[in-house]
Amino acid sequence: MNARLALQKLAGRSRSTNPPPRHGPMLEGNALERGPDASHGLILYLEDLTVSFDGFRALNALTMYVEAGELRCIIGPNGAGKTTMMDVITGKTRPDHGSAWFGQSLDLLGLTEPEIAQAGIGRKFQKPTVFERHTAFENLELSLAGNRAVWANLVAKLSSDQRDRIAGVLAQIGLTASADTPAGALSHGQKQWLEIGMLLMQSPRLLLVDEPVAGMTPQEVERTAELLVSLAGEHSVIVVEHDMEFVRGIARRVTVLHQGSVLAEGSMDEVQNHPKVIEVYLGES
Amino acid sequence: MNTSSVLFPRLLRADRPGTIFLAILIVVAIVVPVLHLAVPESSSLHMSTYAVTLIGKYLTYALLALSVDLVWGFCGILSLGHAAFFALGGYAMGMYLMRQIGTRGVYGDPVLPDFMVFLNYKELPWFWQGFDMFWFAAAMMILAPGILALVFGWFAFRSRVTGVYLSIITQAMTYALMLAFFRNDMGFGGNNGFTDFKDLLGFNLGSPKVRICLFVTTAVALGVGYLLCRWIVSSRAGRVVTAIRDAESRTRFIGYRVESYKLWVFVFSAVLAGIAGALYVPQVGIINPGEFSPINSIEVVIWVAIGGRGTLYGAIAGAIIVNYAKTWFTTALPSAWLYLLGALFIGTTLLLPTGLAGLLSSLKARRGAA
Repeated sequence: MNARLALQKLAGRSRSTNPPPRHGPMLEGNALERGPDASHGLILYLEDLTVSFDGFRALNALTMYVEAGELRCIIGPNGAGKTTMMDVITGKTRPDHGSAWFGQSLDLLGLTEPEIAQAGIGRKFQKPTVFERHTAFENLELSLAGNRAVWANLVAKLSSDQRDRIAGVLAQIGLTASADTPAGALSHGQKQWLEIGMLLMQSPRLLLVDEPVAGMTPQEVERTAELLVSLAGEHSVIVVEHDMEFVRGIARRVTVLHQGSVLAEGSMDEVQNHPKVIEVYLGES
Repeated sequence: MNTSSVLFPRLLRADRPGTIFLAILIVVAIVVPVLHLAVPESSSLHMSTYAVTLIGKYLTYALLALSVDLVWGFCGILSLGHAAFFALGGYAMGMYLMRQIGTRGVYGDPVLPDFMVFLNYKELPWFWQGFDMFWFAAAMMILAPGILALVFGWFAFRSRVTGVYLSIITQAMTYALMLAFFRNDMGFGGNNGFTDFKDLLGFNLGSPKVRICLFVTTAVALGVGYLLCRWIVSSRAGRVVTAIRDAESRTRFIGYRVESYKLWVFVFSAVLAGIAGALYVPQVGIINPGEFSPINSIEVVIWVAIGGRGTLYGAIAGAIIVNYAKTWFTTALPSAWLYLLGALFIGTTLLLPTGLAGLLSSLKARRGAA
């Protein structure tokens, strides 16, 4: 907590300036329309997070901050805690102690998984999980930001704005021609993009992307890199990836995790020349 | 809701099998009354009371199958306890019919049904109050299954009980209810249940016209039930429900309260099953705890599987075909029926995982390609 306040002071902000609304308006509004106020501050505060599974510390006093609009890559050997960190942010796993704040006013540890998703954190899983029986269009429609209540969806009809928005995202992820194809019939790469598109439909402020290029062809990798780079700025993006080539291609700032805490942070060149990183990677491989 | 007048035609334009089903239903709802009432008994075209009752019974089963298809075929909740909701709706109707008997019972007590006099009840138990009024009984036909589904579903879905575990506890639920209703001191007539009904809304249940009214009401209930289910599954909420079936945790991460959707569908489906049960009882003339039997719920699932789940019309076709076969076999080869039912289920699962509806659409696709 203290560190968070100190950081805000450093950034010349007090806690009371523009606190994002906790509920309500956030669900309806488009993140892009809500103004640029968050783009100067930090979007994610993780402090002193510790998660233990049967004595094994998956996260060990992990502390990390992500700026709004940033494209952050997270690398680290298997078991470094990358997935556990994402689980904590999305509410799937509760830490033993520590704190996780989304912006300045949303305590992630006090929210449920759907609430976190509605607050504006979208997560892309390692394995593409789209709704295989639904068409690409319907996949995006279901992900559209809006009322999630049963009754509202029984009578919901797409407005022309919403149709345009879906068409826009379809174009962004390169699936305009496949709008009416069942998602199960798309290629592996297309499914990954569709899933990113589903996240975009929710107008998230923060995107968590887990190994987006695993199993992709070189062309698909290139296309994915372009897509992720184009998303940063409007959204904050955290990418977890093993593919160093890919990370070098897109990353501005890289965080290296090791045994549940941050080992090094900086540009790709900085972290690659960091003595501890070299030791861990050479020591393990 | 002024959209509903244009909504249903639009729903049907995209649903050819559904349109065909509704057309058949309308024809049946017209032809059966005519053959029963207008054609003289001497004619070979005359339809007997037995046949009318039998078809009416099939239609209530079809409504029950529809409700199971909605939760299982579209939401992926394999409920093996839907006969319990059917039976509760039936018991609510039965309680009303029992109170309508009045002094015409064997013991002639103006208030207490026969079984209560027999069991030395001095006054009507509190939960029997109000069942002399049809509106109250009708509300109970909906509320009793609805509230049970709400409470049961709230606990089950909130605890994220899914798959085979959910199926097992739904079986346990219907089994527990069966044991409870078998007890004489529950006040529901024990293992004899209710029978010897006389009147419904003041009309004699034995008269052909009243039977035909019940039959037509059942057909209307099935048609409206079908349209409501079709409306639900074609709405965005319906797409959320199928998304839950296909990838539950993904749906949760997109921000939908999976529990609320499941609960909503489950309760709606239980109410449909309850209405089916309420229509079943006056037509067959009896309700007893056997209706809660776990095997009944499993049979419904078999009808739906054979007809083709996740299609709605498949469930209806499955219920009618299997029950027709059951009627035929239990007279012709009574001992063979259970074996045949088992074989049908295994055969369907192995050879026709999408049921008859799936077979039909793949035949059509093949013909379209050729």
